[in-house]
Amino acid sequence: MDFEFTEEQRLLKESVDRFITAEYGFEQRKQYAKERDGWSRAVWRRFAELGLLGLPFPETHGGFGRGPVELMIVMEAFGRALVLEPYFSTIVLGGDALCRALSSDLQASLIPQIAAGEMTLGFAWMERQSRYNHADIKTTAKKDGSGWRLSGEKTLVLHGDSADKLIVTARVGGAQRDREGIGVFLVDAKAEGVERRGYPTQDGLRAAEIVFNNVRLDDIDLLAAPEQGYAFVAEMIDAAMAALCAEAVGVMSVMQETTVEYLKTRQQFGRPIGQFQVLQHRAVDMLIALEQARSMAIYATMMVEEENPTERRRAMCAAKAQIGRSGRKIGEEAIQLHGGIGMTMEYKVGHYFKRMTMLDRQFGDAEFHIAALADMGGLIAA
Amino acid sequence: MDLSFTPEELAFREKARQFFRTEIPQAIRDKVAEGRHLSRDDIVTAHRIMNAHGWAVPHWPREWGGQDWSPVQIYFYQDEMQQACVPPPLPFNVNMVGPVIAAFGNEAQKNYFLPKIANIDLWFCQGFSEPGAGSDLASLRTSAKRVNGYYVVNGQKTWTTLAQYADWIFCLVRTDPSAKKQEGISFLLIDMKTPGITVRPIQTIDGGREINEVFFDDVKVPVENLVGEENKGWDYAKFLLSNERTGIARVGISKERIRRIKQLAAAERIGDIPLIEDRRFREKLVAVEIELKALEMTQLRIVAAERTRPKGKPDPASSILKIKGSEIQQATTELLMDVVGPYVLPYREEREDGWNEPPIGPDYAAAAAPTYFNWRKISIYGGSNEIQRNIIAKAILGL
Repeated sequence: MDFEFTEEQRLLKESVDRFITAEYGFEQRKQYAKERDGWSRAVWRRFAELGLLGLPFPETHGGFGRGPVELMIVMEAFGRALVLEPYFSTIVLGGDALCRALSSDLQASLIPQIAAGEMTLGFAWMERQSRYNHADIKTTAKKDGSGWRLSGEKTLVLHGDSADKLIVTARVGGAQRDREGIGVFLVDAKAEGVERRGYPTQDGLRAAEIVFNNVRLDDIDLLAAPEQGYAFVAEMIDAAMAALCAEAVGVMSVMQETTVEYLKTRQQFGRPIGQFQVLQHRAVDMLIALEQARSMAIYATMMVEEENPTERRRAMCAAKAQIGRSGRKIGEEAIQLHGGIGMTMEYKVGHYFKRMTMLDRQFGDAEFHIAALADMGGLIAA
Repeated sequence: MDLSFTPEELAFREKARQFFRTEIPQAIRDKVAEGRHLSRDDIVTAHRIMNAHGWAVPHWPREWGGQDWSPVQIYFYQDEMQQACVPPPLPFNVNMVGPVIAAFGNEAQKNYFLPKIANIDLWFCQGFSEPGAGSDLASLRTSAKRVNGYYVVNGQKTWTTLAQYADWIFCLVRTDPSAKKQEGISFLLIDMKTPGITVRPIQTIDGGREINEVFFDDVKVPVENLVGEENKGWDYAKFLLSNERTGIARVGISKERIRRIKQLAAAERIGDIPLIEDRRFREKLVAVEIELKALEMTQLRIVAAERTRPKGKPDPASSILKIKGSEIQQATTELLMDVVGPYVLPYREEREDGWNEPPIGPDYAAAAAPTYFNWRKISIYGGSNEIQRNIIAKAILGL
C-alpha cells in the first residue's frame, strides 16, 4: 500500500501545476472563455506540447501509455483551474474508447491527430428520455450495404458543438432499454445529416444538442461490436467517473482553501472572522468532507483497471456519491462563509460552486449512485 | 500509488484473522457482537490470551513486549480484532498508562508495573476528568500535597470507566497550585485499596454501570508512585492522548455492525418484503457504507503517512478519524434500531450472570436501544468532537 507518486508522476504533476499557475489564472480563463469555441485553441496546443493529449494512448501510436493515476493528476489540476478545454471529452472518454476500438486502422489514423492537438471529440450518448441510463437509446443505426445509416437525437453533448468527431451510441437491435444491441460509432461531426446546436452550460463550458438525419457511416467507424456495446460504454463511463472525481477534488480543494484564506483575512467586529469558533468548526467540516472525497477519488482511480465490472461499478458509484455529497456541502458552505462576495460573478468561488454542482450531474448524481449501489447490495457483503 | 498489500502483509492479516477467530472464546465475541456488557472475567480472559500470544502490547517498546510492527500491521491487527468482535486489550493499561511508564517511568516502576499491566495482573483505571474539568482538563483541582515521603491526595475524579474492577488508578493531580494551570500538574499511580478512596457508580442512560465517581479523602500515596518529574504531568497526559490515534476510527467495528445489520434486516420483514429490500432503508444504509469506505481510505492514507512521521508526533488529521469514525459508529447504532423497529421498547436490566427470562420480541432486540444510548458517548470521550474540531482548526487550518 502506497499513496506516493512515482518520480515520473511527480514530474507530470509539477509540470501541469506549473502550467496552470502560469497560464490558467482566473483572469486568463475569462479570456479563453470568450474565444469562438468557448475555450482556447492556443491552450489546447500547449496541452499537446506538454504531452497531455497523448497521455493515455499506446506508444505505438505516438502516445505515452499512461494510466488512471496520470489522468487523476491532470484532472485534479484542471479542476483547480476550472479548465474549459475539451480534455475530458477528448482524452478521458475518447481516449478510453479509442484505445479499445475494434479497428487498428482507425486507431492509427486518429490517435496521432488527437495527440497532436488537431482533433477533438464529443461523446453523444444521452437522449431526452434516458437520464443516466446509457442503455436507454432510441437513436438507431441500420445496416446499409457495406456501412450504416444513423438517425436520432442526442442531448447535452459536452463540447459537442466544437468536436471534430462524435462517439455516438445507437441501437442496432433490441428494444429501447435493452443492454443488447447497442452499437458505438465514430461519426464525423461535419458529415451530411448532422445538425448541431451549441449553447453555454451553467458552469461556463459548452454543450450541444445534436440531430442525426440518416447519416452514412462505414464499418470501420464501428468502435464496439453490438454484443459488447453496453459493456464498452460502461467501461468508458467508469473510467470517466474516476476522472470526474479527481476533477471534483480539485474544484473542492480550491473552494476549501479559498474559504479558509477568506476567514483569515476578512475582518468584522474588529477581528478576522476565522477567530469565531462557529465558523472554525464549519471550516473543519468542509475539510473533512474534502478528505473523504479525496479518499474516494483515489479509491476510484485504483479501481479503474479492476476487471470485474460489478466490483468496478460498485467502487465508481460509491466514489461518485461521496463526491456529490462532499461537493455540495463544500460548495454551499464556501458561498455561505464568504457571505455577499460569494454571490458575485466577479469573485472566483461562485464559479467553482457552479462547476461542482454540474459535475455532480455528470454520469449520475449522488442520489442516483446511492440507489444504484443499494440495488447492487452495497459495498459490504452481509 | 498502489492500494495492494504485500504478500507478507496479507499473510499477517490472515494470521490475525485466524488468531482472533479461533483463540478468543466465541462466547465473549458473541457478547460483543450482540452489544451486551462484558464481565471483568471476559475482559481479563481475552486480554490474557492476547498477551500470551505477544499481542496485547504490540506497539510498546520491544524490551517490554512490543512487536516493532509496521503501521500496516498495526492497522490489520486492529481491523481484524474489531471485525472479529474481540474486546481490545484494556485500553487504560495498554494504550494509556503502559506507554507513559515505559517512556517516563523509572527503572523500578518499569520492572514492577509493565509486565503486570501487559498481563492485566493489575487493572488500571483513568483518573483525569473531574466535575469541573472536562474539555478544559487542565483546570483540574484534585490536589496532592507532599508530606513526609507521601503525597496526600484530596479531591474527586469522575467518568472513571470500570473503576469498580480496577486495582490501581493513574491520576492527574495538582502539585503546585501557584503555577500556571498546565504547569502544576503531576502524574501519580494510586493503589485503589489505599484508605480514603471511595468509588461510587454512575448509571448511564443505557442502564449500564460502566462509569464511576472516585473520591479521594486524605489518601496517602508514596512519593515513589510519581511518574517522571513533579509538575510535568501535563506533558505526559498529552503524550498519552496522542498514542494510538489511527485505531480510533474503529472502521472494523462499523464494518462488522453493518454486516450484522444486513443479516438481521434480511430476516426482518416489512409487509411482504425483507426490510433489506425496502428502498429507503437500504439507501440509508448504503450512504453509511460509502462514508465508511471513504473513512477506511482516509485511515489508510494517514497510516501510510505515519511511516515518514517522527515517532510520538501524532498527525492532527487523526482528529478527522475520531470525528468521522464516531459519527459513522453512531449512525450504525441508529440503523440497528431501525431494524428492530417497535421492539426497541422493552427495557431489560442486564445482569452479569446473563438473562434467564424469555426475550420480548426477537432475541437481538434488547440490546438495540441501550447500544444506541450508550454509543452517544463516543463523540464525547477522548476529546469531544468539538475539541477535535478545535484541534483541526488550529493545527491544520491555521485558524
